[in-house]
Amino acid sequence: MSDHDYQPNSKLGKWFNDRLPLLTLSSHLREYPTPKNLNYWWTFGGILTFCLIVQIVTGIILGMHYIANADLAFESVEHIMRDVNYGWLIRYVHANGSSMFFLAVYIHIFRALYYGSYKSPREIIWIIGMIIYFLMMATAFMGYVLPWGQMSFWGATVITNLFSAVPFVGESITNWLWGGYAVGNPTLTRFFSLHYLLPFLILGLVILHIWALHVPGNNNPIGIEIKQPSKDTVPFHPYIVIKDLFALILFLIVFAFFVFYSPNLLGHADNYIEANPLVTPAHIVPEWYLLPFYAILRSIPDKLFGVIAMFASIFVLVILPWLDTSKVKSAIFRPIYKQFYWFLVADVIILGYMGAMPAEGTYLIIARIATAYYFLHFLIILPFLGKKEKTLDVPLNITEPVLGGYPNQAKTKEKSNIKENL
Amino acid sequence: MSESDKKKPNRRDFILTATTAAGAVGIGAAAWPLIDQMNPDASVKALASTEVDISGVEPGQSITVLWRGKPVFIKRRTQEEIDSARAVDLKDLKHPEKDEDRAKDPEWLVMLGVCTHLGCVPLTDKGDYNAWFCPCHGSHYDTSGRIRKGPAPTNLEVPKYVFVNSKTIKIG
Repeated sequence: MSDHDYQPNSKLGKWFNDRLPLLTLSSHLREYPTPKNLNYWWTFGGILTFCLIVQIVTGIILGMHYIANADLAFESVEHIMRDVNYGWLIRYVHANGSSMFFLAVYIHIFRALYYGSYKSPREIIWIIGMIIYFLMMATAFMGYVLPWGQMSFWGATVITNLFSAVPFVGESITNWLWGGYAVGNPTLTRFFSLHYLLPFLILGLVILHIWALHVPGNNNPIGIEIKQPSKDTVPFHPYIVIKDLFALILFLIVFAFFVFYSPNLLGHADNYIEANPLVTPAHIVPEWYLLPFYAILRSIPDKLFGVIAMFASIFVLVILPWLDTSKVKSAIFRPIYKQFYWFLVADVIILGYMGAMPAEGTYLIIARIATAYYFLHFLIILPFLGKKEKTLDVPLNITEPVLGGYPNQAKTKEKSNIKENL
Repeated sequence: MSESDKKKPNRRDFILTATTAAGAVGIGAAAWPLIDQMNPDASVKALASTEVDISGVEPGQSITVLWRGKPVFIKRRTQEEIDSARAVDLKDLKHPEKDEDRAKDPEWLVMLGVCTHLGCVPLTDKGDYNAWFCPCHGSHYDTSGRIRKGPAPTNLEVPKYVFVNSKTIKIG
């Protein structure tokens, strides 16, 4: 990369940069060669960075008014909603912000699945991404506990009880997590502490995620490795910066719709009832972004294996780069994979819907089939498909198909030869 | 590997091993307080027992009390419910326990109101056995609080309790 050649213009800049090369870093970020064919699905990385910053800023502010105590937490949230200047706005942005964060991360993940962005040489980017995703779920779960409503309390009870499935030491683990014999004040205070900590760990991992991205460079819709910089790339600034900002504005319209027009649509009415350890709400449902995993948990009739299946459903994603054996990255050139991809999307949506429904009768049967298919996709179909699928011709560079040549350069040459012969 | 490559451990190797071992023990000892602070503290443990007045409970009625932050069901069973609990063949049970072992006094059933699946509070007089039913993930318990259907692995837990006198139960 040309970074090392960078020289600041001013004497002061040079003096500073020789001691801490921040200006070199900034130059690298501006010049960073990006494939010129990136579509709008590639703008979600920037949107996600924005979401993380929004959550951290609004969260720090809420922490100034919130009281982490089982007797006062519920009231302090109402205090934020009613008394604190713009408290309602900041809390609604934070609460809906988590949903927007997950919406963006699911699009980001499914984009990677479609275009094979997890494949060599980008496995580490993918794994760091999965760790971020896992920490996001933990952070969101603990944040949901803080208002200390009925869903907070019982959601916390159900999720922490997952660990009681561990043989022999299950009970010791849950008591350790709770700081008592049930979810209570000690649980609330430690969740507040960790809910404040984890976003900063996520921020650190995001930096590693981007660092790891900048080593091989972006994948792109046709999924080929390109020379950087070359006629196939454009500098990150201004091309991608402006495009990302435009996408961010569109995303903010959706965000603002939820915050201003239906701030409680994605929440549960039960969470406006203060936590009561004696009464479980009739229907406990996690937040929408956790529903597919909840459906997998409930579809297995055994407690321990249900928990194992739930964690395994995330773990298969971590090892995905080695499960998908196809050398071709983009689904554009994988006609069979493309169909299975959409089956998987449908399967995850079905799982999400089943997670919201009661676990009985037809719902349970559908949830079980969908769970089986989820694992079938990753553990059987992908390894097998990579070896058997007849893929289409992949272009040799980005510019070529745009200029009307054949995807395969050999064929393009053939064609031009014919013309010459005529 | 030839004989000469196999180095005999010398004093430096000994020092390195001993230092590493001592360091590991030291780090472990320093980490323990940081981990153990999360366990139930003295004030939580101090609430280990509670006494309940049961004089007002009629046959067929059930009360729920809070013990260690968890609900405890105290059910005064009818003769019919006792009979149905005792008539069950142990082979039909997922977690075989005799009703006689669960209820010291057959009339009084004392157990944690915490579903053994994921900790919700089961509803009383509901479900396939008209006893307890957990709404969260659909576990059905019988009139002895034993798991009969659904994902819960074990019967509702019976805590340690004693009848202090005919009107009072001490739990814990």
